[in-house]
Amino acid sequence: MLNIENLHARVDGKPILNGLTLRIPSGEVHAVMGPNGSGKSTLSYVLAGREGYEVTAGSVSFDGQDLLALEPEERAVAGVFLAFQAPVELPGVGNANFLRTALNAVRRAKGEAEVDAIQFLKLARARMKVLNMPEDMLKRPVNVGFSGGEKKRNEMLQMAMLAPKLALLDETDSGLDIDALKLVADTVNSLRGPDFSALVITHYQRLLNHIVPDRVHVLSAGRIIRSGGPELAEELEATGYTASVAAA
Amino acid sequence: MTAVGTSGAAAFLARHEGLRTRLPGARLDWVQALRERAAAAFRQSGFPTRRIEAWKYTDLAAVTGTVFGEPLTGIDDALDLPLTSHPRAVFVDGRFRADLSTLAGLRFAVESLADVLPRLQDRLDALARPEEQPLAALNGMLFEDGVVVTVPDGTAAGVLELLSFATLSERAPAYHPRHLLRLGAGASLTLIETAAGPATARYLHNPVFEITVEAGARMHHGRLQQEGREAFFLSTVYARVAAGGTYDNFSLLAGARLARNEIHVALTGPKAACHMNGVQLVADGQHADTTTALDHAAPDCASRQTYKTVLSGRSRGVFQGKILVRKIAQKTDGYQMNQALLLSPEAEIDSKPQLEIYADDVKCSHGATVGELDAEQLFFLRSRGIPAAQARAILVEAFLTEAVETVADADIRAALAQAVAAWWRRQGSAGGIEVA
Repeated sequence: MLNIENLHARVDGKPILNGLTLRIPSGEVHAVMGPNGSGKSTLSYVLAGREGYEVTAGSVSFDGQDLLALEPEERAVAGVFLAFQAPVELPGVGNANFLRTALNAVRRAKGEAEVDAIQFLKLARARMKVLNMPEDMLKRPVNVGFSGGEKKRNEMLQMAMLAPKLALLDETDSGLDIDALKLVADTVNSLRGPDFSALVITHYQRLLNHIVPDRVHVLSAGRIIRSGGPELAEELEATGYTASVAAA
Repeated sequence: MTAVGTSGAAAFLARHEGLRTRLPGARLDWVQALRERAAAAFRQSGFPTRRIEAWKYTDLAAVTGTVFGEPLTGIDDALDLPLTSHPRAVFVDGRFRADLSTLAGLRFAVESLADVLPRLQDRLDALARPEEQPLAALNGMLFEDGVVVTVPDGTAAGVLELLSFATLSERAPAYHPRHLLRLGAGASLTLIETAAGPATARYLHNPVFEITVEAGARMHHGRLQQEGREAFFLSTVYARVAAGGTYDNFSLLAGARLARNEIHVALTGPKAACHMNGVQLVADGQHADTTTALDHAAPDCASRQTYKTVLSGRSRGVFQGKILVRKIAQKTDGYQMNQALLLSPEAEIDSKPQLEIYADDVKCSHGATVGELDAEQLFFLRSRGIPAAQARAILVEAFLTEAVETVADADIRAALAQAVAAWWRRQGSAGGIEVA
């Protein structure tokens, strides 16, 4: 599914990723943990195609395609979804209109039938109910005036509607209370299946109690320095990153 | 008659000389006097140059370098009139066309200025200032027609459309309609004004509006300027608002090679209000200028202005906004905001807010911003599968939303949405957001 080989990337001329190799097979959820500044967010932005993140070496293939050759919107159509650490506000753009525009853009690109306003509302309402989102969040401008938890739930709503093959969760747990955290985890878990993979980037083990990963990787100075099963997250929680970094 | 090939102020002065005995009102002494006064002012000023402060950012060289002819009469092109159910006054090449207008059964008077000129002595130039605005002088010298709207006291007039169309002509016609509107005490009117012409037609449309809003009356004035891309649109609006009255102006400038939308509003009675908002959509090769002058001449009045300009390609936008608060105008509440979005490195915006405040108990503020599309917002939209061009369109629409939402009148808002969509189509974009 996702195959990252020896990835080097820099931002503003500064090397951030330094030979990162990571493979996520179909159907698996992997967690990437690491201290601040280790390159976690850079990894998610490089995979989603944000401008300003320059890949200097290495390759990323996704479903057999060269992911790095695709525009951000083409990556979304291919099935990559980035849940932003700091969801972006769009004043003047209604949330419902935004969601429907995104959904239909992806469907159009895939040659699928577009959804009309009525079908869309039906789909959105069903998802929102599960996410415990009040319906007026559809009418408000995207993320404007939303609380931190509302913004993250809105990211989950977008993810659920777009049904990606690969979800990149960039510290989606940051700033969430336990109820919101569970809703995020429930959304990810509801999508789990043979055709869904996720890369869960997190600082803490907390989220991983609810989204149990198949593999856990430790990122330090732009490289994976350790990998293991779910128990690695617990160990890190107990001993901190310093020990792992020192051992590597 | 005008010598073939002359251009600039001299050509228009010569045209006035030549037509002196044939222009409407030629036999009326007071009309003659008004035209002579205008001609004297225009002879003195000529077309404004950039040395004049009010024209610092708008160069009329393309206008003064064009040889204009007179509009032909009796052309009957098949006009593609937008069909609405509203009563409408239609002008073609500056002349009222009763045959295309639908004005039957109204509770207020809508007339052709040429038809009722003898009755207009107290209304013509009641507000226009030919000595100060050269284009009003040019208009006074050469106006031939216009619409005269008179809404009786207390009458809710509903919606009236004013449609001005240009036809395709080799002669590069110039016309100077004078529109007079008066709303009696407590009356209301929504005027939706559309100016449009063929894409390749070169013409000068130089309308002057004189609008009187009596006590407690309310006027919504929606303006959709969609002239052809070779046209010159130079428009001056004068409005005077009495106690408790409201004048709302929303202007869309989307067409013309060069457009100037100059609005002078005087709030002359207590608790009068004015909302002036607008959107300038300026594409490659276009120049759009909105210049407002708001005169707070009475206490307890409020004014709000929000202008948004979007510029693409090699284009230029101008916003100049002056707010004068006279000594008597205590408790004035004034606000002005103008924002520009540059979509191209070759686009340019000049913005000049100007507050002149002589009263000491007022609330008056203004702001201006210039920016580009936000890279993070663009990436966010694209990361959700929305193609780059559509994502940009969504962000431009979002930028305009704040100004568009100020339009209280649903009919004007609907007409505006259509005009913006048409602009997008002309830019080769299918537009932005889908409405869920």
